[in-house]
Amino acid sequence: MANKIPRVPVREQDPKVRATNFDEVCYGYNAEEAALEASRCLNCPRPRCVNKCPVHIDIPGFIKHIVDGDLAGAAATIHNDSSLPSVCGRVCPQESQCEGDCVLGIKGEPVAIGKLERFVGDWAIENADKLEQPSIRPNGKRVAVVGSGPAGLACASDLARAGYEVKIFEALHKVGGVLVYGIPEFRLPKDRIVAKEVEAVKRLGVEIEPDVIIGRTMTVDDLLDHEGFDAVFVGSGAGLPRFMGIPGENLNGVYSANEFLTRANLMKAYDERYDTPIYAGRKVVVVGGGNVAMDAVRTAKRLGADSVIVYRRSEAELPARVEEVHHAKQEGIDFQMLTNPTAITGDEKGWVNGIKCVRMELGEPDESGRRSPVKVEGSDFNIDCDVVIMALGTSPNPLIKSTTKGLDTNRKGCIVADEEGRTSREGVFAGGDAVTGAATVILAMGAGRKAAKAIDEYLKGKA
Amino acid sequence: MFKIVSKRCLTPNICEMKVLAPKVAASAQPGQFIIVRTDEEGERIPLTVCDYDREAGTVTIVTQAIGISSNKICEMNEGDSFVDFAGPLGRPTDLMDLPAEELKKKKILFVAGGVGTAPVYPQVKWLHEQGVEADVIIGAKTKDIFTYVDEMRGVGNVYLCTDDGSEGFHGMVTGLMEKLIGEGKQYDHCVIIGPMIMMKFAAMTTKKYGIPTMVSLNALMVDGTGMCGACRVTVGGETKFTCVDGPEFDGHKVDFDEAMRRQNMYREHKKTNPETHKCKCNG
Repeated sequence: MANKIPRVPVREQDPKVRATNFDEVCYGYNAEEAALEASRCLNCPRPRCVNKCPVHIDIPGFIKHIVDGDLAGAAATIHNDSSLPSVCGRVCPQESQCEGDCVLGIKGEPVAIGKLERFVGDWAIENADKLEQPSIRPNGKRVAVVGSGPAGLACASDLARAGYEVKIFEALHKVGGVLVYGIPEFRLPKDRIVAKEVEAVKRLGVEIEPDVIIGRTMTVDDLLDHEGFDAVFVGSGAGLPRFMGIPGENLNGVYSANEFLTRANLMKAYDERYDTPIYAGRKVVVVGGGNVAMDAVRTAKRLGADSVIVYRRSEAELPARVEEVHHAKQEGIDFQMLTNPTAITGDEKGWVNGIKCVRMELGEPDESGRRSPVKVEGSDFNIDCDVVIMALGTSPNPLIKSTTKGLDTNRKGCIVADEEGRTSREGVFAGGDAVTGAATVILAMGAGRKAAKAIDEYLKGKA
Repeated sequence: MFKIVSKRCLTPNICEMKVLAPKVAASAQPGQFIIVRTDEEGERIPLTVCDYDREAGTVTIVTQAIGISSNKICEMNEGDSFVDFAGPLGRPTDLMDLPAEELKKKKILFVAGGVGTAPVYPQVKWLHEQGVEADVIIGAKTKDIFTYVDEMRGVGNVYLCTDDGSEGFHGMVTGLMEKLIGEGKQYDHCVIIGPMIMMKFAAMTTKKYGIPTMVSLNALMVDGTGMCGACRVTVGGETKFTCVDGPEFDGHKVDFDEAMRRQNMYREHKKTNPETHKCKCNG
């Protein structure tokens, strides 16, 4: 029986070695491994995995193509619903989405859907010439997309396939949003993977202009009134870092995770050939428990620092992907759970020299359903360190809100949009972190796709 | 790519470039800044807008060669191109928010020091175009390193001072400020742009006379769009981001000591120490 085959393990770089380099941790499946793993799929008539995928990829469909040895067919199946399989195969929280509901997971290990998706995506990058381009009939309408992150790329791809002339405006000098500034090279290679999947989006006819800050270089109103766009999708993400508001946060050596990761990822500060500096010192404390915290702490480790995670709840509540926590532990990251910082201390020159913390215990569940941490009296202690990185989440950048007439935002600064991405302003749609606050790549892609559908309906209705 | 259409050296290590960037030129306002990158390995460097020509599509920047990246910028020549030239960023100067009648009544003093003189120019020029003549104090260590004096004379009333007395008032900008005020000059708004230490003391002087004061901070930045927080500064006890909340802030509320300390964050941890650029433009 097919389902008696155990889940095919994936090859990874040795933890001791990889903790000193920025090369990718996971090697992924080769063709034989992928074929064997694909053969485990039961091809359920009513697949639960597809329902749990925010972009509803036909998972049994593409896996069947792998079993049949038709990788071009597998790629085409995924591309119908996602333009970023190599990205998503690497960064999606599969355990709580597709793989979390896999029938095989009830008694054993679920099908490694993420690793198979990655295999197909990588094959498609290597074999771009063997893929058939969808036939696109231009409809003469133009849509502007603000931001080239996952939401913008997904929205632009769907609109381009539907015949729209799409132009993406990116504020930074590189395309990909959080895929290039946020997620590290060792988890998501930039030139080999991100740039290639962006190329595939461009092959659909999407134009991308970097160095344009919508809200400053041009406004959303300019795009609609003067630049001849019929609709605008705002996928500007949640870029504004939060701090705790504790004493010492402006000492030298305190970073937001955004800054630390942007220096490392976007500016390649870890590479001697690049000019941008980065400082990790001898010991780094990262405050937070999400994927961004894991990325920051593992980056610090690779820069040669002893690296510690400080998180106020227990390990069970860590919001990071299970795989990231597992990898971080293998690499020798020290996890200080149920610990909350109260102040950062500095030396006479204003440089960080430690972080004061208290131990916590879990009390009653809060509105998020997680048990809220409560301070243990008298448990104060100090961790000596040179650098503190705050990975506490991010909020949307207020630039679009403050420069766009009639665009409603909520108390948290998020753009108000309905399920389909319609905002309070006619012709302006939004999705991804700009609407939800910081979430995942795949949820942003899902929102981008829904908005593309709504934009299509809106512009067809207008014609 | 963004082409340098002209370059001239203002002092041996300060150069001015006009860069072809039509979209930035179309929307730039006095007080804002741009981010440049010289090459693929380069840093993102924030520079204040020193002038713009909407018709020609050019933006003027002035750079002092002091570190790796500013040296790289100054080594570039007419015909070379920046790989990136993004902006305008930050908020335009507060003066632009005032209604015309109110602006006309204002007695405005600008205090400029060193490489900070060039970014003062678009503000004084803009006021001149609105029919407001401002006083401008320009300070330098010695007369050979004055910049933008002729340009400034065309749009405002210029007062010079040098630390060594080689031209104009003998002393620092604070001394000249005291002198002008002592002679009966009255000001109800002051804008100070220059080295952090000079802004600190000049702002202390205006505080003494109760003159509302704005300073333009040149904090360290990475993205310049509000994403990294490297440029955070304490203003009136609150943490602000220079890139999106500034770059101009109330000079009486800025924690200059913290700002100066943060500005030096990488001085001890930089990658290599470059040779300082020496201008070869003028032979």
